[in-house]
Amino acid sequence: MSQAGRLAALLGVLAGLLALAGAAALFLGSAGLSPGAVLNAVTGRAPAGSVESVVTLSIRLPRIAVAILAGGALAVAGVAFQALTRNPLAEPSVLGVSGGAAFGVVIGQSVGLGGGLLEAAGLTAFAFAGALLAAGAVYLIAAAGRGVQIQTLLLAGVIVGIFFSSAITVVISLLDFNRLGGVIHWLLGNLAPIPPRPLALFALLAATGFGLVLVHARELNLLALGEESARQLGVHADRLKLVIFGGAALLTASVVAFAGPIGFVGLIVPHALRMLVGPDNRLLVPAALVGGGAFLLLADTIARNIVAPAELSVGVITSFCGAPFFVWLLRTRYRGGV
Amino acid sequence: MSAGPLVALDGVGFAYPTSRAGRARPFKLAGLSFEIAQGEILGVIGPNSAGKTTLIRLLTRVLEPATGAITLEGRALRGWRAAELARRIAVVPQGVPPQFPFTVEELVLMGRYPHAPARYFEDPADRAAAQAAMAATGVLELASSGLEELSGGERQRAVVARALAQEPRLLILDEPTAHLDLRHQAESVALLRRLNRERGVTVLLVSHDLNLAAEVCDRLLLLADGRQLATGPPEAVLTESRLAEAFACEVTVDKHPTTRRPVVQIAWPDGGRR
Repeated sequence: MSQAGRLAALLGVLAGLLALAGAAALFLGSAGLSPGAVLNAVTGRAPAGSVESVVTLSIRLPRIAVAILAGGALAVAGVAFQALTRNPLAEPSVLGVSGGAAFGVVIGQSVGLGGGLLEAAGLTAFAFAGALLAAGAVYLIAAAGRGVQIQTLLLAGVIVGIFFSSAITVVISLLDFNRLGGVIHWLLGNLAPIPPRPLALFALLAATGFGLVLVHARELNLLALGEESARQLGVHADRLKLVIFGGAALLTASVVAFAGPIGFVGLIVPHALRMLVGPDNRLLVPAALVGGGAFLLLADTIARNIVAPAELSVGVITSFCGAPFFVWLLRTRYRGGV
Repeated sequence: MSAGPLVALDGVGFAYPTSRAGRARPFKLAGLSFEIAQGEILGVIGPNSAGKTTLIRLLTRVLEPATGAITLEGRALRGWRAAELARRIAVVPQGVPPQFPFTVEELVLMGRYPHAPARYFEDPADRAAAQAAMAATGVLELASSGLEELSGGERQRAVVARALAQEPRLLILDEPTAHLDLRHQAESVALLRRLNRERGVTVLLVSHDLNLAAEVCDRLLLLADGRQLATGPPEAVLTESRLAEAFACEVTVDKHPTTRRPVVQIAWPDGGRR
């Protein structure tokens, strides 16, 4: 089968999964609506202001949109960071980049930025600055030795992550006690519904980051040969690294600003896809967008329903899946370093 | 194409940036002036840290010379676009990065990138060129094998196929036999000769292995300490006195019993007594 044919088949399967996860997210929930009531609300036959209409149209559907966007963005950021660092275990949360973005958001909130469109844009800017700061710090720490070794990079990510979570604690300690609960819920990753206009901004930012990574997918394959070989094949390696770095940081920052620092999606989804289709980034990048959306939507549906009527943060589910997965990868695939 | 040399270096020098302690580093290469003729096999030999790898980086513009000028097909190297340059010069590096999970065919197709950098997937013409390159180095039947499954010799042939897929005028090989056993060394020598004769590819062979270089190359360039010690046919370059100077080690030079090419051996300090 041609490459384009393989990609189309892969995207078809993943879109099917996404549709299944979407159906589960739409019909299941603590409000206990009947499938008929949900269908009535979606098709506009339920009266405006009725319980099924509010729950379905104002809570579940926007939340589904946030989950798909956040999951897709995180998975693509994972593929990008893995190609950029030539490290299969790199990922926004492992590298501390999510932590940096979260610190930016907390700073933004502490100066009073809230939920409006402009304020959301401001928070994302803070998150982006934090993400760049963290990624830059990780790179400088890891590059202090000769070459960037995988273990050094992961260690640097952990160090930077701990630093920023401490910094977040400091800022939170200075905040009003009553706002603490909300911040902690958000810090674990919280897919709360977002109003339409901020949601559109989130979609725009995620699409920008995705586009930057997608158009360079072929060059990312060549980067796996090493930077020098990539240059000798005609790749502008410095420019490529900068663009991918910026794109992955933008993806991470927008997710953190709109949904919180959800961990491990960028590790689980790209690896699962690699087992299916191999390491070609031209297949992985678009597949990660759809597959990441399906994965996070499923995780969120579980988080909403497993302890109903209470609700877990989606980050709890992804971490419970991701941490054992990370250990398994470390023990089976990358034993003795990469 | 011009009738002149493929590549010409004129007074080329290079120094790596100043060290952290603030000391200016000495020139890694200085005063290199030589030409690579169309269709020849030129060997670059010399001791460790003679500047062989730096020379490859200068020729592929990974580094810019500090002094002098390099021209490719009569045009300043600086003026070539990156993809254009990669269609003229291909490098077979030492070894493939470990943990490289691509298949042979995926690797070889990467060599098509400079022919259409904006293309997302390779087109049928790219695939045909990759097939031809794999056939030329005998890895066609390994096309869908993962690189991590291959032996050292097979892996190297896959990397040579990737370089051939670039359809270069100049093929640069960096220590091609460094990790190969005798049989695979013999195979890669035969492969080089065939590519040179049948496809007219000009070859720059960088090697530690003086006897390999003497056997395969039309001319040799002897580098020592960043300077060009000698250039010429193997018999002229590989002399006992010159090698002793370059390598700081006594050697004897004989003639190969069948090929009549020079054969270099270490003159063991204890006279070979046991």
